[in-house]
Amino acid sequence: MIPRFILVAGFMASLAAATYAVEPSERLADPALEERARALSQELRCLVCQNQSIDESNADLAHDLRILVRRRLLTGDTDRQVLDYVVARYGQFVLLDPPFEPATYLLWLTPPLLVLGTGIILLIRARRGRPDRLLPPLTEEERARAAPLLGDRG
Amino acid sequence: MLVEIGHFALVLALLVALVQGTVPLVGASVRNRPLMDMAQSAALLQFGLVALAFATFMHAHIVSDFSVRNVFENSNTAKPLLYKVTGVWGSHEGSMMLWVLMLTLLGALVATFGRPLPAVLRARTLAIQGLLGFGTLAFIIGTSNPFDRLIPAPLEGRDLNPLLQDPGLAFHPPFLYFGYVGFSITYSFAIAALIEGRVGAQWARWVRPWALTAWCGLTVGIAMGSWWAYYVLGWGGWWYWDPVENASFMPWLLGTALLHSAAVVEKRESLQRWTVLLAILTFGMSLIGTFLVRSGVLTSVHAFAVDPTRGVFILVLISLVIGGGLVLYALRAPGLEAGNPFAPVSREGALVFNNLLLCAGTATVFLGTFYPLFAEVWSGAKLSVGPQYFDATFVPILAPGIVAMVIGPVLAWRRGRLTRALQRLLPAAIGALLAPVIVLAFNRSAAPSALAGIALASWAMLGVLTDLADRSGMAKQPLGTAWRRLRHLPRGVWGYAIAHFGVGVLIAGIVVSTAWRSERIETIHPGDTIQIAGRTLRFVGVTEGDVANYRVQRAQILVERPGSAPMTMYPERRWYPVAQSQTTNTAIATNGFGDLYLALGDPDGKGGWVLRAYYNPLVPWIWFGAILAALGGLVSLSERRLRARVARAGAAVAPARPTDPG
Repeated sequence: MIPRFILVAGFMASLAAATYAVEPSERLADPALEERARALSQELRCLVCQNQSIDESNADLAHDLRILVRRRLLTGDTDRQVLDYVVARYGQFVLLDPPFEPATYLLWLTPPLLVLGTGIILLIRARRGRPDRLLPPLTEEERARAAPLLGDRG
Repeated sequence: MLVEIGHFALVLALLVALVQGTVPLVGASVRNRPLMDMAQSAALLQFGLVALAFATFMHAHIVSDFSVRNVFENSNTAKPLLYKVTGVWGSHEGSMMLWVLMLTLLGALVATFGRPLPAVLRARTLAIQGLLGFGTLAFIIGTSNPFDRLIPAPLEGRDLNPLLQDPGLAFHPPFLYFGYVGFSITYSFAIAALIEGRVGAQWARWVRPWALTAWCGLTVGIAMGSWWAYYVLGWGGWWYWDPVENASFMPWLLGTALLHSAAVVEKRESLQRWTVLLAILTFGMSLIGTFLVRSGVLTSVHAFAVDPTRGVFILVLISLVIGGGLVLYALRAPGLEAGNPFAPVSREGALVFNNLLLCAGTATVFLGTFYPLFAEVWSGAKLSVGPQYFDATFVPILAPGIVAMVIGPVLAWRRGRLTRALQRLLPAAIGALLAPVIVLAFNRSAAPSALAGIALASWAMLGVLTDLADRSGMAKQPLGTAWRRLRHLPRGVWGYAIAHFGVGVLIAGIVVSTAWRSERIETIHPGDTIQIAGRTLRFVGVTEGDVANYRVQRAQILVERPGSAPMTMYPERRWYPVAQSQTTNTAIATNGFGDLYLALGDPDGKGGWVLRAYYNPLVPWIWFGAILAALGGLVSLSERRLRARVARAGAAVAPARPTDPG
């Protein structure tokens, strides 16, 4: 029933904002360079859009940036140089993958600290809840006697 | 006239909510039964009034009463009836109305079905629910009045944003809001328990089903939202780590933790304090999710500054609900009963482990979502946090949780043995290690992350199957006996099995569709062909026409594949003249194991059209998995009802049992 619903709905025509990725006319002839351009495009924010990369957006600015990235690649820039070039022009805001620097220490260091904290909490709990503090488990005989009293709760 | 009645009903509901939020609290503290019982009539009345207001508001939308500003701004006479109805919650004001409708509906349900609850607990729970209703209604009436008039009335409306005129988006808010608001009940129960200073058996019996119900709603809502994004945005992505998505994902993560720890409270009388804390935080996240998204503060600080009344109101409301809850927790939680102890390696221990990971994951998503905002307010630095951050942090945090998710159910309660659990799961472990090897044999260039993902997905799915086989005794019993035992496993076990299997399916969908999608973007002319994923796409041409409130350009594409019948797909572009906006209709053909996904782009003016074709393997599994998870939740819920009925029947037969041991 449910898969069928999905199937039908999947075939159903549906609506979308005309938000489109890279255009065929922008593409580079060299597939290796083009692949790098696509990867870089996914790391660059479309500045006039809501939370989209330039790879996903059809805004004019995204189009211009895609062309710009490809031009830099054609002149022989490394990926790093392309990103630096774009950041120099548009600021840190353009980078979707925030670099590790003083302004983002808190951002990048908190998750590992959280994991560490989780580990510490678990360790403390483990020490506190040592099995010797618990009652010994029921023997088979006790279990059999308890079963009818407990119903299916076990 | 109807509109004024609706407006008046809304104001009355506000007053009733105030009574519901105060009188029963007083009644509960002086143990005055009539004052306490007022909560139930107030909850029913409040729901009735809000339902009346909602109905008149919906009526105004259906008859296109443009003298109501909200209808003028979001509707149009040419809009199909379906979207006139769903357009009710398409706007900020309307969505708040839906929110409060759900809130009062749930309050009324507790009032109606909560008779077995202790009177004091029920009165306090309903009173907190009343206060939440009061806050929301005050927000609506004070800053987002849906009944604002527009005199003189315009002849035609501005039409709903065409993006919202879509079944996926039209129907997902009710599910999402049901989920958000469902956690208000667990919140109210938690606050009531804190006021009372104890978490009783009845409390636990009530909190888990509510958490489960809300969680199912949220799961379906998020799945529908992501499915919408998938077929609408035109390049096949289905999750963007967008603030709006994160806002619904955070309460989902905490809600997942909540429903599991609530199960421990119910079954083992342990983890009470932790569950109360989670209940407060989960609803806090729901509030942040709804209101901050709605206030626009997430998209830009400036939107907030332009109209600060709403934003300030929201911040005060959220601070009161979360801050008040946490302060009360800090004061009263130490007095709550300590739970039954358990060893670190036990089913409870595994649940605590996963609870902590879910919380750490939520904190990470929260940080990533709000960091740009904090940074800008703090130092004026403008920076972005994109999907790369979440992939790098959230995924590694949750991955161990998936491993533990399989082991936990196999461990004994209270004290388990890891070696024995792993022995029982040996077939699943072997399968999980073999799966990536098989994939590697067919695809030498598979990325390590994809292989790890496949191992994880196989582990999750096979783990459930192994556990089911084990519980039915398939290895030792004749098949008939095993089958019977399987069928008679408690619904709770089936619920867990279906939901956890769904998570495995979901992970498989995510991993495979991310790692092995293919893409072709070409400019094509009639007669041209494109090859993708073993299929030949032949472009026939584009036809144009007028439909309802839009103009359409429809491409016809013949899809041929050796060994199967050819089919035709019709990706479209639509132009909405009233809203002055262009939208795109993707065409998707799915066989359950992969989607052929076509989107029509711009014409090049020389007879050529841009066509984007994608083949997304296993992408439907993402939504199958989510639906399985929600289904598992429902199956689990059905057991509770059954057991309640049995208990009631038992009570009717033997009303007094002096030797009752429990």
